Amino acid sequence: MVEQTVQIISNERDTDAYFQLTLQAPEIARATQPGQFMHLRIPPLREALLRRPFSIFQANGETVAVLYKTVGKGTNALAKMRAGEELSAIGPLGHGFTVPAGGGETPLLVAGGYGMAAMYLLAERSPQKGIVFVGGRQRVDILCEAEFRKIGWEVRATTEDGSYGEKGLVTQPLVAELKRGGRNRKLFACGPTAMLKAVAKIAEEFQVPAEISTDEHMCCGVGVCLTCVVPIKTASGWEYQRTCTEGPVFDSRNVLWEIAK
Amino acid sequence: MNLSVSIGKLTLQNPVMVASGTFGYGAEYARLLDLNQLGAVVVKGIRLTPVRGNPTPRTAEVTSGMLNAIGLQGPGVDGFIEKYWPFLKSLRVPAVINIWGTTVEEYAEVARRFDAVGGVGALELNVSCPNIKEGGAQFGTDPKLLAAVVAACRKATTLPLITKLSPNVTSIVPYALAAEAEGSDALSITNSFPAMAIDIESRRPKLANVTGGLTGPCIKPIAIKLIWDARRAVKIPIIGMGGIQSAADAVEFMLAGANAVAVGTANFYEPQTALAVIAGIRDYLQWHNIENIHDLVGAVRLS
Repeated sequence: MVEQTVQIISNERDTDAYFQLTLQAPEIARATQPGQFMHLRIPPLREALLRRPFSIFQANGETVAVLYKTVGKGTNALAKMRAGEELSAIGPLGHGFTVPAGGGETPLLVAGGYGMAAMYLLAERSPQKGIVFVGGRQRVDILCEAEFRKIGWEVRATTEDGSYGEKGLVTQPLVAELKRGGRNRKLFACGPTAMLKAVAKIAEEFQVPAEISTDEHMCCGVGVCLTCVVPIKTASGWEYQRTCTEGPVFDSRNVLWEIAK
Repeated sequence: MNLSVSIGKLTLQNPVMVASGTFGYGAEYARLLDLNQLGAVVVKGIRLTPVRGNPTPRTAEVTSGMLNAIGLQGPGVDGFIEKYWPFLKSLRVPAVINIWGTTVEEYAEVARRFDAVGGVGALELNVSCPNIKEGGAQFGTDPKLLAAVVAACRKATTLPLITKLSPNVTSIVPYALAAEAEGSDALSITNSFPAMAIDIESRRPKLANVTGGLTGPCIKPIAIKLIWDARRAVKIPIIGMGGIQSAADAVEFMLAGANAVAVGTANFYEPQTALAVIAGIRDYLQWHNIENIHDLVGAVRLS
């Protein structure tokens, strides 16, 4: 984990409200593990003081990239920043996905919208190729499909409005795949909490392990403020653990889904 | 140039601390900055037993500040000593333990436990957390209860005691006087201000706890005034805090009457703030030819 001032190499609209930001950040790039994130201070925000967390999409030697959607003050201000401008980054942060061992389980990735970006490094570094199930509201919400195909992964897309791929929710083709049988599979999921809950339930039903990446409102990013907590089962009951430190990736069986928001 | 500050029998190498609840237990930030440069590390509030904390969302960003209602999540005295104390003890700068309880007896018991640990720099009595149902602020908004807490802790320990006052009172003076009279070695002013924010689309409060404590640069002028009020009433050192994000802010607190300062919310967005404040205070003293930082304390010119 380092804090450094990094330069924007590019910050361009991908599709619709989605942008890809690439930063010159060698120390962060070299240390990044799949599923980790960066905490960025966006200078034009001024009176909005807090940093914003972004999952790391790609980490190539000297650079890191994130895919983001303009959803609020922070991401809208970020979208206006240009190549050559600087911002402060802390990263890589958090406990990421467990990369499958060679000859180990076959990964099935489940992504909601830009959750797909948070799982790209996992796919890239996994010795076993697998399938990525990605869901969105409409066609524009299906991101980085080409990147996954380029590294030999199969992509099965669903959209709620049927404008691309299968019509419906991402869990439908996932369940169909699990019903087809097969051994030694493991789920990895990143997306909205409702999707994560559904994936956890499916994992339990089909008796397959699942790692889920939680997306919580965050403040310090390094474990001191206790904003981003999720309820995690313990030997004696449950406790709040931090998305930024113990997470963002948790074993789905350990999350107390009844309380998780 | 002399930057050192005394709080009871404790001497700080410089007047810049980090505020309780904004710096975890120290170790979290050790990879980003050299903690041994600080005046002291102040840890998040500890009571006798572990505390689960409030439901989420626990914080919300507001204009030039933030709201929080964490609910003092923590490991309890035993968990703290086992997991966090070995690291804090290894630092060359003092660790100040922020403590709280739901009864006067609990405050005293926690004080006694930390007295027995050995090597603790000071205890900060949290009588002002706005986010828990029992304990905390109830002791900070009744001068008699405040006096009872300070007196009980004074009996329980010889460690320096710092009483962290609530801003949520008509006048802070009786509270400052009560803490001083019962043997508090210093005051921390101020804790967060009770506040609320609402999402206008969902019409729901932005915090699960509905209300929380406001911190950050937006509270700075109110904190300065509270310190100015307390300074004229008491002789004991005051640690000023509330929205400090630069050396200029810190100097302003000292001119109002603070002997030392603490960086709080700024740690969350710029972890290097406290170190930058120390460097900036040096520059200010040098520029103004001031040899001893104590000469700044309460040196506001009224005419």
